[in-house]
Amino acid sequence: MLKGRCLIDPMDFSLEELDGIFNLADSIIANQEEYLEVCKGKVLATCFYEPSTRTRLSFEAAMLRLGGSVLGFSSAGSSSASKGESVADTIRTIGCYADIAAMRHPKEGAPKVASINSPIPVINAGDGGHQHPTQTLTDLLTIRSLKGKLNNFTIGLCGDLKFGRTVHSLIKALSRYENVKIVLISPEELKLPDYIREEVLVKNNIEFEEVYKLEDAMEELDVLYMTRVQKERFFNEADYVRLKDSYILDLKKLEVAKKDLIVMHPLPRVNEISTEVDNDERAVYFKQAKYGMFVRMALIMKLLGVE
Amino acid sequence: MLNVDSIKKGLVIDHIQAGKGMMLYKYLKLDKLECAVAIIKNVKSNKMGKKDIIKVEGDFDIKLDVLGFIDPDITVNVIENDKIARKINLKLPEKIKNVIHCKNPRCITSIEQEIPHVFYLSDAETKTYRCLYCDNAYEER
Repeated sequence: MLKGRCLIDPMDFSLEELDGIFNLADSIIANQEEYLEVCKGKVLATCFYEPSTRTRLSFEAAMLRLGGSVLGFSSAGSSSASKGESVADTIRTIGCYADIAAMRHPKEGAPKVASINSPIPVINAGDGGHQHPTQTLTDLLTIRSLKGKLNNFTIGLCGDLKFGRTVHSLIKALSRYENVKIVLISPEELKLPDYIREEVLVKNNIEFEEVYKLEDAMEELDVLYMTRVQKERFFNEADYVRLKDSYILDLKKLEVAKKDLIVMHPLPRVNEISTEVDNDERAVYFKQAKYGMFVRMALIMKLLGVE
Repeated sequence: MLNVDSIKKGLVIDHIQAGKGMMLYKYLKLDKLECAVAIIKNVKSNKMGKKDIIKVEGDFDIKLDVLGFIDPDITVNVIENDKIARKINLKLPEKIKNVIHCKNPRCITSIEQEIPHVFYLSDAETKTYRCLYCDNAYEER
């Protein structure tokens, strides 16, 4: 039962609960007109302490397409945080106005603090470099929809595996499915942190390998997950400049890839996927953004207990 | 040789690593108790060379979970009628609240002082505790 629950960490829900969300998302995709008013009278608060147009609009679009309404703020400056109000007090107040809240915050753990103090369900919409669970749900629904399964495949994760929270969350989530092989593709400086390698991959006996070149892995991949090297995660500008162009996917590199490969990316993209790839059938990153909205629709319905 | 009387009823916390007695005094909030408390430092020990001992006399309610986190080799004897009535086996607590602080500068606790610092046991084998909010592992420095 997900009614009244919060989603803070991608591992908060069991596989059965995730299946429930994905099945509902499938149903929404197939019969969108049936869901146009299911959240009528319900209000979603988007509490964004740092700007994130994409995620915020995805949440808002999700609620609006369910017939609900949306209120909120889109930067710390336009919230009472600028007056020194705590996250706990803010969510207690917003809980009086809204039925569900999505929170993005630059500090790690802020949505967790909110969830502990909140009278309404809280969804973590990204907390610093920590977690971004609805991105993980998006990724899982995309793979499930386009590959037809969440087991027995090989996925390559490419780019910034050190700071990339979407990658960390996805690895954790995939570790619960059977026979998923993970290929980690990154420069030495941006390798997956040891604790994730040990506590998630090794501990759960997940088959994985680490390679330095995209070309070394391309042929065997069923899914390729590209990531952006994010400037805001670096303390040092020089390191960012040196590493930002580490891996660029172009049509030449895709030549040896499987015909039914899917290329994913959490977006926004900068230059790590050449625009010439966009027209290739295997590029699914814009579809992925759409699945993101559908999975948020399903999540909102489940947490509100609306069927 | 310094002598501290034996106690009739209370607790003897023994085999504390020498020098950590005061730290335990603070963590266990013994300063809040009305009863008699003795901290004995640098006692000779065959096993440890030197050790600290804390004796607390009387009826009181203290949470000993935190001892398991600080050092599971510490022994705790419950004294009743001048005798050891039982020994308490220490284990790693599932959660510790306001004992250690998160040092991650990106954690929400770094900007909001009112939030309790809570850590959960994420791996008993390696005795790894992580911040409830940001999941950063606690490292003693």
